[in-house]
Amino acid sequence: MTPIPFSYSLRNIWTRRLTTALTAGGIAMVIFVFTAVLMLAYGLEKTLVATGSDDNAIVIRKGSQSEMMSLIDRNAANVIRNQPEVATGSDGKPLAAAEAVVLISMAKQGNSQPAHVQARGIEPESLTMRPQVKLTAGRLFRPGTSEIIVGASAARRFEGLGLGQTVRFAMRDWTVVGRFEAGGSGFESEIWLDSEQLLQAFRRPVFSSVTVRLADRSAFDPLEDRLEGDPRFNLEVKREKVFYADQSAMMAGFIRVLGIFVTVIFSVGAMIGAMITMYAAVANRTMEIGTLRALGFPRRSILIAFLIESLLLSAIGGSAGLVMASLLQNMTVSTTNFTTFSEIAFRFALSPVIALESITFALMMGFLGGFLPAFRAARQNIVNSLRAV
Amino acid sequence: MQLLHLVFRNLFRHKLRTVLTVLGIAIAILSFGMIRTVIAMWYSGIEASSPNRLITRNAISLIFPLPIAYRNAITAVPGVTDLSYAQWFGGIYIDEKHSQFPQIAVDGSTWFKVAPENQISDAELTAFMRERNAAIVGVQLARRFGWKVGDTVRMRSMIYSGDWDFVIRGIYTGAKKTTDETLFFFHWEYLDQKLRQLEPWRAGHVGWYVVKIADPDRAAAISQAIDARFKNSLAETRTETEESFIQGFISMSDAILIALRIVSIVIIGVILAVLSNTMAMTARERLSEYAVLKTLGFRTRHLILLIAGESVLIALAGGLIGIGLIGPTVSGFDAVMTSTIGAMFPIVGVSIATRSVSLLMALGVGLAAAIFPAWRAATLRIVNGLRRIG
Repeated sequence: MTPIPFSYSLRNIWTRRLTTALTAGGIAMVIFVFTAVLMLAYGLEKTLVATGSDDNAIVIRKGSQSEMMSLIDRNAANVIRNQPEVATGSDGKPLAAAEAVVLISMAKQGNSQPAHVQARGIEPESLTMRPQVKLTAGRLFRPGTSEIIVGASAARRFEGLGLGQTVRFAMRDWTVVGRFEAGGSGFESEIWLDSEQLLQAFRRPVFSSVTVRLADRSAFDPLEDRLEGDPRFNLEVKREKVFYADQSAMMAGFIRVLGIFVTVIFSVGAMIGAMITMYAAVANRTMEIGTLRALGFPRRSILIAFLIESLLLSAIGGSAGLVMASLLQNMTVSTTNFTTFSEIAFRFALSPVIALESITFALMMGFLGGFLPAFRAARQNIVNSLRAV
Repeated sequence: MQLLHLVFRNLFRHKLRTVLTVLGIAIAILSFGMIRTVIAMWYSGIEASSPNRLITRNAISLIFPLPIAYRNAITAVPGVTDLSYAQWFGGIYIDEKHSQFPQIAVDGSTWFKVAPENQISDAELTAFMRERNAAIVGVQLARRFGWKVGDTVRMRSMIYSGDWDFVIRGIYTGAKKTTDETLFFFHWEYLDQKLRQLEPWRAGHVGWYVVKIADPDRAAAISQAIDARFKNSLAETRTETEESFIQGFISMSDAILIALRIVSIVIIGVILAVLSNTMAMTARERLSEYAVLKTLGFRTRHLILLIAGESVLIALAGGLIGIGLIGPTVSGFDAVMTSTIGAMFPIVGVSIATRSVSLLMALGVGLAAAIFPAWRAATLRIVNGLRRIG
């Protein structure tokens, strides 16, 4: 079989610049939205997955989906701390932290409606177990005082969280003494303070969760079995990574279902655009096709040449859409995660898989849009098409 | 009139192309309308809110409760006519996936007075009041799970420990189309009594107060009066109208709503590209024809009308088909959502506003797509047009 040179398809695309631009433009817009949706969902997942560590386990009350809803009393917290699977720190104390998490409604920068920020009461071990947390300005709060440190994202988005400023909640004025980053994880959207101070201020007798460092990763199963089987308490043990990743499930699922549903529907519009263009291309070149056939190119070569033209069209559109979407990567989005009810900041994140999916999707649109016109071109009768004016 | 005839004839010259373009536009308008509907569903709570109701909650955030003792103090504020209170339950029915419906512990004796849009028969209300663990559920919720009056429903809670059994004693219907019919109400007393045994420090609290006022114009003054009453106490309050309370929830998903709006604009761009392409190709093929028409005495405006008419007709045909499909598609989308991540929206329906905006968009696209070909035809010199081949 003699293939029609690739440059034939390429030149045809170049000759009809306006039509090419409009058709590829339609495809580009579809791919832009498709990629952006996947990047958004992936960005949220990435942020929450990065929040947890494989080395840590978190204990919450059974049935609580978030720390905010969970309650763990001091007695249970002590039992958890002293489990044999819990690693020991350099000072000989168990590497475990009982934390208290509450939601605080605060004014957002440039927005009249307040949003919820998560405030986490921590213990010294909390920092040891989360090495990704680094102070970038100021200092750590002194235990036993009304001082707080704020995550970089929270500081950017909420009013009154600059160094030296004070925030009022629970009848106290809290002074911001430090700002921290946490490797782009969900912690950056939080306010951290002394666990005991938080409990006192809110007159609250119980913690929200206990996070422990496992002596080694295989220690998780025996720890889970023992604590969940303990009839005195009603506990649930999860790997920290799984726990935080689960918090992204609902939101990421929502973004994906909504986004893909809509994109797939309106991609049909762009696909039809490609089909119209290709039908016109075939109709305008009837004589040319006849000539090609007369020169000895078989039907299959004609089919392939037109399919390549359509695929090229969609590849141009797809790449343009992908490039546009990749520009979103530096953009930070913040939204309330309905699983935790608090604001979380994350970035659009592009992965090779997403890029591949987008280009595949674009090529699929080109293939489906171009197949029927190419088929019509290949089926043409030599004599009739040469006779056409 | 004759011009219209010509437009129709032109439409059917490339039947396949016309049909495909109409189809492409129909599908894009369908997704545009769908997005608008999803956005409207988000705001459905605002339409259902009453200007006569204020919500009082803990100033720190919604997760902190208010003491039940505030009841009397709020009732004493001038301008307040009725008061009820409620607490979030966070129930899990069957498993996490199925439990996406709101359960609210309410004061049974006052709740249906301050929220009369939840219509319940007197007999059912009396039966509800007689039993401590009775529940009243929305008609849509009852349909979803096949519940009847007398059924027992067992739930766990994300917030409270233990198993909770409820007996359905009534099914309410919404007074308006916008009323949420997916709620599950039960006695706050039941919740409180159980908490007294299990977690005594949490008992005696409510999530929020619903305050009914006689004069909506005094809402701001009454809100301030209530909040001033509890200033500098352990549980300071924040009182606002029901509408702004719901607005607060909606603004939590600002980012998603903005993203959806951007997508709907992109869709308009896609149809514009498709239709412009069709019209540009058509005009290119007919340039010599336009020259002939000009020679015959047709004026520029005739040519413009001819091209714009064709473009607008295609766009409107596509638009109308798309609008017709929005309803069924939205129901399908709702079904997918419900089966994958749980029910998201209490009210599903396509508004007239959405339909009109979609039609306007189609019209706009039809006109915009005609601009370039019309300009080409208008500025065409007869000699050049006639000289052109193909």
